[in-house]
Amino acid sequence: MVTAVTNLGRSGVYDWLIQRVTAVVLTLYTFFIVGFILSNSPLDYATWEELFSQFWVRIFSLLALVSLAAHAWIGLWVVLTDYVTTLTMGSKGTAIRLFLQVVLGVVTVAYTVWGIEILWGL
Amino acid sequence: MNDKRPVNLDLTTIRFPITAIVSITHRASGVLLYAGIAVLLWMLQASLQSEASFSELKEVLANPLAQFIIWVTLAALAYHLVMGVRHMIMDLGYGESLEGGRRGAQLAIVCAVILIVLAGVWVW
Repeated sequence: MVTAVTNLGRSGVYDWLIQRVTAVVLTLYTFFIVGFILSNSPLDYATWEELFSQFWVRIFSLLALVSLAAHAWIGLWVVLTDYVTTLTMGSKGTAIRLFLQVVLGVVTVAYTVWGIEILWGL
Repeated sequence: MNDKRPVNLDLTTIRFPITAIVSITHRASGVLLYAGIAVLLWMLQASLQSEASFSELKEVLANPLAQFIIWVTLAALAYHLVMGVRHMIMDLGYGESLEGGRRGAQLAIVCAVILIVLAGVWVW
């Protein structure tokens, strides 16, 4: 019996849905940023700065950051629970996996806070 | 749980069909992209901090090693995105048969390769 305690949505169905909703947000954001850079090539600082000074672009970026954090957590959880287990690593498998999850959790929070700092220029 | 049930996860004994290769590389590209986020955030920071740091970043981007790292990140992004779209198309019920899955995987690889090459052209 596998108990879901470390995955984001606490259930596979929620994880499944969150992974797709966040994927859509991240895809739209990628198209938006890449499209902007390509259509304003060669990009200068004023144009770029002006883009990110707009409130809705900051909100869109924040949405992408939060989506990224959730998407990465679910994805990395899937990878870790598949490959870092007692089956592959022996009796210490669970401990190693939990340690990695803590490390990745810290990195994910750091990414999110870093991104917010960039956007709001703290 | 019965610990003695047979489990075969010896990957070296399994010949991977294209759908499995696409699946595992989708994961691998996601893990790589997770590391690449640090590069992307660093570039965003440098590009927005000031006019000086913006032009500094442009100089850094002329360096072949920096270009390579950025290209790898963009390649991971392109690959992961295309494979994600493939997933969503299958979620909508298209290409769910065995043959459809293979075709979809092939098509996705072609799309990803084109995007990765274009990303390379863009960076250099």
